[in-house]
Amino acid sequence: MIAALRSTFCATDRTPASLRGRALSGTLALGLLSGVSFAAFSALRYHWAWEPVWEYRTIFWRGWLTTIGIAALTLPLSCGLGLAFALLRRSVFLPLRYVARIYVEITRGTPLLVQLYFYWYIFGQQLPRDFRFVAGALILSLFSGAYLSEIIRAGIESVGRSQLESARAIGLTRAQTYRHVVFPQAVRQILPPFAGEFANIVKNSSLLSVLGIEEFALAAGSVSSVTFGYFESYLPVALGYLILTLPISLWTQSLEKRARFET
Amino acid sequence: MRLTLTELTKSFAGHRVLDAITCDFGELRSLALIGPSGGGKSTLLRIIAGLETPDAGAATLDGEAVAFTDEEKLRAHRRRLGVVFQAFNLFPHLTALANLTLPLEKVHGLSPAAAEETARAALRRFQLADHAHKKPAQLSGGQQQRVAIARAIAIQPRLLIFDEPTSALDPEMTAEVLDVIAELKSEGRDLLLVTHEMGFARQVADRVAFLAGGRIVEHAPAAELFAAPRSPECQAFLARILKY
Repeated sequence: MIAALRSTFCATDRTPASLRGRALSGTLALGLLSGVSFAAFSALRYHWAWEPVWEYRTIFWRGWLTTIGIAALTLPLSCGLGLAFALLRRSVFLPLRYVARIYVEITRGTPLLVQLYFYWYIFGQQLPRDFRFVAGALILSLFSGAYLSEIIRAGIESVGRSQLESARAIGLTRAQTYRHVVFPQAVRQILPPFAGEFANIVKNSSLLSVLGIEEFALAAGSVSSVTFGYFESYLPVALGYLILTLPISLWTQSLEKRARFET
Repeated sequence: MRLTLTELTKSFAGHRVLDAITCDFGELRSLALIGPSGGGKSTLLRIIAGLETPDAGAATLDGEAVAFTDEEKLRAHRRRLGVVFQAFNLFPHLTALANLTLPLEKVHGLSPAAAEETARAALRRFQLADHAHKKPAQLSGGQQQRVAIARAIAIQPRLLIFDEPTSALDPEMTAEVLDVIAELKSEGRDLLLVTHEMGFARQVADRVAFLAGGRIVEHAPAAELFAAPRSPECQAFLARILKY
């Protein structure tokens, strides 16, 4: 009996779980968590009122699409900035190297909220209303670019000196060495933390609400201020972000697994 | 090949690794550098390979001075050499075949089809045809080193340079790699090698140079140097190393 339970619910590296065991455990975990939440809300005696919130569904929908739009702009932009600053930090020209270093340290050492206000008063306000989210995406890119550049730099530096020497010995130029030797090897190191940073970008975009950009979190805020249904307004927001971040997180995990196998 | 060194000097962090080496080895096909660790063998080899810049002095290969200060010319110099390292230094993300085609295509300008044909021929030659699509991690040390040699050969270098090619291998694989190098020598290819395998150096090198303390203490035809070393340093070194 105990042995049967153990073989169903326990897993180690040497004795992986069966499909049935994983399904049962998953159900159990979900049941446990929803039980706790249910108990918490019962204690609150909270009266759910979904109808008023449902009436504002188009606001949620538009907010969610705006968030996706911001993320879609920010991802490539921050990758580009991250790559540029990572390369600058390896530049042979010292002033450039220091510029990159200072940018990274300041960006990583100050709150995103402060940066948002700061950049916003410099160039965000001049923009027409419809383009505000572009400015928001740009600020977000400047923020995430600093983190991505550190990830990229670590990836580049993880490629051993012997590899660079080998590339030099066969006569590759510096650019060719990066293209054919360094980047392909660095990408394997970079991808898992990169995917994690992508999820951060999606979540951090909620802070753009303080600039009045009508993204997902602001949508929930304005709906809740009318309906006073805070849980009803913010639960869909949590769900909406999960729909975006969960696939990224799962993708990260599969990447990490692959990176482990290959080394 | 004809290799001459003039006042070649190199220091690392205040330590003089090469101490104003001047030497004309004359016309020869293969040269082995032997000597104690830290004696400057690998540094000298890396300078000749264009991978290290000396602090002062010159190296001339077949009458052409190696242009240490001009990166463009230095790259042209490296392109014509085949270098094999102690730790193989294959590109781990590429298959054996792609390790060979990369320099052929990107450095020597062959078309992808021509590069693949040349690469396959080189792999076949070292009994590696069945391993063409394996990554280095899937190959044994001896196989990896043979792929590295195939990569060095495929570009038809004017000179093959080996930096302790068997130091990272166990005895069985050492034999398999040394066989390949000996075969290349018998084909009449020019070789420059640093090695700790004295028997092999005697067999494969026309001339052997003994380096210690950053200087070439003596150099002579292989048989002569091993039979009757002149300097006390070389005598002591050979006595120590041949004891077991």
